[in-house]
Amino acid sequence: MNIVVCIKQVPDSAAKMAVEGGQISWGEAPLVLNPWDEFAIEAALQLIEAGGGDLTVVSVGGESAKEALKTALAMGCTQAILVSDPALQGADSQASAHLLAGVIKKVGNVEAAFFGKQAIDGDMGVTAAQTARLLGWPMLGLVASIKVEGGKLQVEKSLEEGRQVVECQLPAVVSVSKDIGEPRYPSFMGIRKASRATIPTWDLAEVGIGAPTSVVHWPEVLNPPVREVKTEIITGGSAQEIAEKLADKILEEKVL
Amino acid sequence: MMSAKILVYIDQVKGKALPASWEVIGAAHALAEKLGGEVATIVLGADAKPVAEQSFHFGAAAAFYCDDPSLADYRAEPYADVLVKAAREQGAEVLLFPTTTRGREQAAMSSIDLGSGVIPDVTALEVSDGKIVATRPVYAGRLISKAVCDAKPQVITTRVRAFKAPEANAAKTGTPVALQAVRPEGEIRTKVTGYSLAEGGVSLTDANVIVSGGRGVSNNPALTPPAGLDEKAAEIWRAQEGFKIIGELASVLKAAVGASRAAVDAGYIPYAHQVGQTGKLVAPDLYIACGISGAIQHQAGMRSSKVIVAINKDAEAPIFRLARYGVVGDLFEILPALAVVLRKRLGK
Repeated sequence: MNIVVCIKQVPDSAAKMAVEGGQISWGEAPLVLNPWDEFAIEAALQLIEAGGGDLTVVSVGGESAKEALKTALAMGCTQAILVSDPALQGADSQASAHLLAGVIKKVGNVEAAFFGKQAIDGDMGVTAAQTARLLGWPMLGLVASIKVEGGKLQVEKSLEEGRQVVECQLPAVVSVSKDIGEPRYPSFMGIRKASRATIPTWDLAEVGIGAPTSVVHWPEVLNPPVREVKTEIITGGSAQEIAEKLADKILEEKVL
Repeated sequence: MMSAKILVYIDQVKGKALPASWEVIGAAHALAEKLGGEVATIVLGADAKPVAEQSFHFGAAAAFYCDDPSLADYRAEPYADVLVKAAREQGAEVLLFPTTTRGREQAAMSSIDLGSGVIPDVTALEVSDGKIVATRPVYAGRLISKAVCDAKPQVITTRVRAFKAPEANAAKTGTPVALQAVRPEGEIRTKVTGYSLAEGGVSLTDANVIVSGGRGVSNNPALTPPAGLDEKAAEIWRAQEGFKIIGELASVLKAAVGASRAAVDAGYIPYAHQVGQTGKLVAPDLYIACGISGAIQHQAGMRSSKVIVAINKDAEAPIFRLARYGVVGDLFEILPALAVVLRKRLGK
């Protein structure tokens, strides 16, 4: 089965984010492969290992995003494509979805497109479903397990109240949840191979589509209001005494 | 001033609405006051009709439902087809969804069909010059962003517990309008072959109170693990005993049980309980963190809680900087005592 995994490069999850002079900064923190996307890569790798096929990893972004693509190659993806074009500056999720749908068609013979749950920068979590709708492929959101049987995908999907087992004809779009299991670390051989890989860059002309229109704008990004907490440390001679005092405080807050 | 027709997607399972759905009606009423127009609801799936009827209690002016057999189980495509058709027929100018798994997915898909954009997981909505300006946390709440969509209809999902549900009034009633399925079963490429409900208990994201445990729950010195367990199995056994203590306090407070990523990764408790950047984002009225040091990724998931209580042996743990009340001490002594005291005070 041929699979495309769509990934993003983002500031590390521990980065101290701040807005300075209208610009978003993440200090000294590194840019990394979006952690949720690692689960998508892991799930796709397992399917390829079991049944053969190519695993193409795609990222939209600047030149630096090649580092995230290399991480994916080091994990075991077959090939990587960077999609970069000045016209993509400020692309919103549906513009990205239009672009990714174009890339998936251009790659050709793709039977499944995998996404992580969401990117930890914008926390949108909508691009997979938007891409599915544009391609006219079924959307299997938040998949906890996945296998191929008789040319069909069989997945377990997480919903608020439980899990569904879903059988799906290919091609399909899948977003992968953390339940799939720990993503593998890149192997030493993988890292060596990835460091030597040349990653092609596609612009819009190469993808064969015009600049997609963005309709969602972000007029302002702000630092969150500072949480003014005065911490009161509860002490006492015994656990009983502390529990009594703490219970008083909690009841005074009227949150129960 | 434009006249907005607001369509609210009610997320429901077999005749029971997810509580976040009613909060969306609250958000919709606030928008309707500023934009004009009325609020209608749409309910899809098995037993959708009683939920559509119930939505009148929360102030819906009209309600639509489709309980066609092809929608009995949730499937993204046939649901989106009915939703999009209804939005077009009603001339909806705003589509609002709860930020649930289904809600977010349906918002994303309908935004494509309707040629618009989507603004998911918003915590506030204002109207400025007749335009909706949404506020949403980004970078797991480390920054706050304003968002506007230039296209119509506006497609927005509201964060669970960020908006207040209207008081239900059983005297407000109406007759919901039935909708037809759009996609014949033969053209649906997915089939639901199994379904299992998660174990009971209070849902983390809806909970008013959460009691959470971290790595510290496995450190009870008073316990002796059963013979024959290896070191890792003994650690997990200790942790599970620790989570029983957390569970007892949770049951007194009708609270949900949460956990830090460290506790989940160590195998103490399933991932469904994880609070944090790669788990659930929660904002309860009361969050009691037990044996949790408070890594930045954990804080991202719970910092919007109204009152935070931290119980930890380590006085230097970062969680104390977020906490309104802190106890530097042994959670295995404090929690059982607190459970007893609160049970008595709450009259149980």
